[in-house]
Amino acid sequence: MAFREYKIGSRLFGVALGGSMVITLYMPTVDMTSVAVTEMGLTKQLSYGRIGGFSYEDPFLRGDGKPKTVVLNKDPKTNEPIETVQAFVYEAGTPFPSGINHPRTLGPGATELSTAQGRIEEANHDNGAVFVISRATHNGETVNYIENASATRGWQPSQVLNAAGDANTHLIGSGKIMFVREGCWWCHTLLPEQTQDWQYFGIPPRLGDYNGESPTAFGSDRKAPDLLHVGSRNASKEWMMMHFFNPRLVQPHSIMPRYDYLWGENDADGKAIDYDAWRTAYNDYAHGKTVIPPDVPNYAADSEIRYLIDFIMSLK
Amino acid sequence: MLKYLFRRNEDIPPGTAAVFFGFSSIIWFVVGTGLGSFNAAKLAFPDFVTGSELFSFGHMRQVHVLAVIFGWISMAFAMAMMYITPALGNTKLWSEKLGVWNCFLWNVGLSLGLTLLWFGMTSGREYSDFPWAIDLYIAAFIALPMALNVWMTILKRRTQGIYTTNWFFGAGVFMVTIVFIVGNSPEFFNLTGLSEAYLTWWFAHNVLGLWITPIAAAIAYYTVPKVTGNPLYSHRIGHLHFWSVVVFYSTPAAHHLMSAPLPEWLKSFASVEGVLILVPAIAFVSNLLLTMTGKWHMFVENVEIKYTITGVMLAIPLNMQGGFQQTRAINWYIHGTGWIVAHAHLALLGFSTFLEAAAVYYGLQTILRRKLYSLALANFHFWFLLIGFAIYWISMTIAGLIQGAGKIYEVPYIDVVIAEHPYMIARWIGGTMVFTGNIVWLYNMYMTAKAGTEIPEGRLPHELAYER
Repeated sequence: MAFREYKIGSRLFGVALGGSMVITLYMPTVDMTSVAVTEMGLTKQLSYGRIGGFSYEDPFLRGDGKPKTVVLNKDPKTNEPIETVQAFVYEAGTPFPSGINHPRTLGPGATELSTAQGRIEEANHDNGAVFVISRATHNGETVNYIENASATRGWQPSQVLNAAGDANTHLIGSGKIMFVREGCWWCHTLLPEQTQDWQYFGIPPRLGDYNGESPTAFGSDRKAPDLLHVGSRNASKEWMMMHFFNPRLVQPHSIMPRYDYLWGENDADGKAIDYDAWRTAYNDYAHGKTVIPPDVPNYAADSEIRYLIDFIMSLK
Repeated sequence: MLKYLFRRNEDIPPGTAAVFFGFSSIIWFVVGTGLGSFNAAKLAFPDFVTGSELFSFGHMRQVHVLAVIFGWISMAFAMAMMYITPALGNTKLWSEKLGVWNCFLWNVGLSLGLTLLWFGMTSGREYSDFPWAIDLYIAAFIALPMALNVWMTILKRRTQGIYTTNWFFGAGVFMVTIVFIVGNSPEFFNLTGLSEAYLTWWFAHNVLGLWITPIAAAIAYYTVPKVTGNPLYSHRIGHLHFWSVVVFYSTPAAHHLMSAPLPEWLKSFASVEGVLILVPAIAFVSNLLLTMTGKWHMFVENVEIKYTITGVMLAIPLNMQGGFQQTRAINWYIHGTGWIVAHAHLALLGFSTFLEAAAVYYGLQTILRRKLYSLALANFHFWFLLIGFAIYWISMTIAGLIQGAGKIYEVPYIDVVIAEHPYMIARWIGGTMVFTGNIVWLYNMYMTAKAGTEIPEGRLPHELAYER
């Protein structure tokens, strides 16, 4: 062919782009996959479940197919009192998180212990399983690992849920879905920066805090305070309810949207929530015609706002 | 346009795909900036439209971003490629039919994807928000057909060499396909943890660095010499620009995560490479401005040059910001503030939009063989775009500096929100001006197609006088 074929140019292009891929994809991946998971990382992946965004089990992001996080004070099998423990209940059919499906992603130490002592490979997704976080010494270092309590202690999902009761059951995984779906992360980051955050909002995240979490939803824009440790500085469920229903109830200058629609149609007593009446009463209050704002309805046990508040309160 | 979907390739008039893409891109620009204006109103007045999840900020923000990136910017790029690539190869588009189908499937897929996002079906990853099924659709029916058409047109060219613009087009469609597939791999394979976080920003960085920036620049490499009649100032500086984009712009992805617990070597490396972005930037800007020698009167008199050179000049603050704001010291101050929002709009609404608008203005006139309907409306569009953008950029930069100061000096967060309020109103006014200008543009281009003066054979659009 008489035309120039650009042989040198296209080869150099391959070298340049390939080299850049090696440095920016291959080398960081080698580095990041060798990180050992922290206790925070285990807690997050076990309470969030497999995926926090669009997935097979939850295509419409309604919070389906997610584990339940419970606080136990007694052994669910024997009813003997035990030291308080957090257990992650995967009912039958709930997909397991990355660390159970691919123990390798837990990093050195946690992988070996979770498999050998935690017996996580015996967990069966069709029957469901209960996991707890345990601690042991591995090569002279204290390592957190996942224990399949269904195998090691014989705890069954339904037993654990009954023993804990609804008040001690937190739907954190479904709440993470709400956090992603409602776009909370467009304004609230989950990544404190090296500024006042580290003193005022809490310690920065560490390398192993993210193993198994997807999406990490760091957020990039801070139109609002960082939320990584919000559960430590504000543990009032009542405040959260008012703030979500209409942020101007607790912070007149807030620019946060109202999330009243997450309450759904009925309140905790099964009565229909009259949003129009509430808004009329609120407008009277906002315009100074009345002194006290209308009460925020109590949310139903299966409402989306419960998921979201459970998630927010879990950010410690 | 739809009637051409089932015609034989030979029966489709040359330029059909470009016209289809051109009008689609303008419509998406109106939609995207309309959504932007709506979102900005919600940030200024939080009780504006409440009570429905569909009109809440969290459901609409990503629809605005992706409508503008995939609808306006990328479709305007496709429009430019469909007519500039063959023109520079002295040939026809390889397959006009593929181009028409490409545009049709693009509109269908993007409408579907944005609707899903609107209803909350998101992957939860910024800039790669689409669920993985939509990602696969985009790769197979949007990116690949476009790449195929561009490559085949370049291979079938009837010229000896390949002009600068076509290096960028050929490389750009290749790189964006790779970047898109690799960047979305966490969703295909459920990658988790820091790898997922890093790949999210690897994609977000590279879709700008290896797609939007070089393709926008490539358009200017065509428009300025074509309309002014001056040859490109330097082919060699063009080489420097091309190779430094590939080498330097593809590497600093980690600088978007400077406060995240990524490996420190990666952040330092990214930061140094990030400053080197100034190499392609200076090469590009100097090359284009020197090409204007002796023709600077056209910057005032000619619509296409006015847009293009404004875009080129906006690349100067863009890259000065971009090069330095990611270094650790400056990033510490401005990361996560409105400064970044202003910078992103400088890149997409300032620099690149002005270059693409010129390509769409020029291309539609050339292909339709009709002179632009109204100069007055074009100037109205230009000034509404520029002033609206400037109001937005300045107000968000100030808001960002306030947020940065609040962050560093431990100001209670709500005081920052109160201090930002006037700038939130200003951003809404600026965004609404851009939206208004775009509606006028859509009308102007529609009237050009309907009632513009016909351009005689052998003449270029800018050689004819305006009638209005």
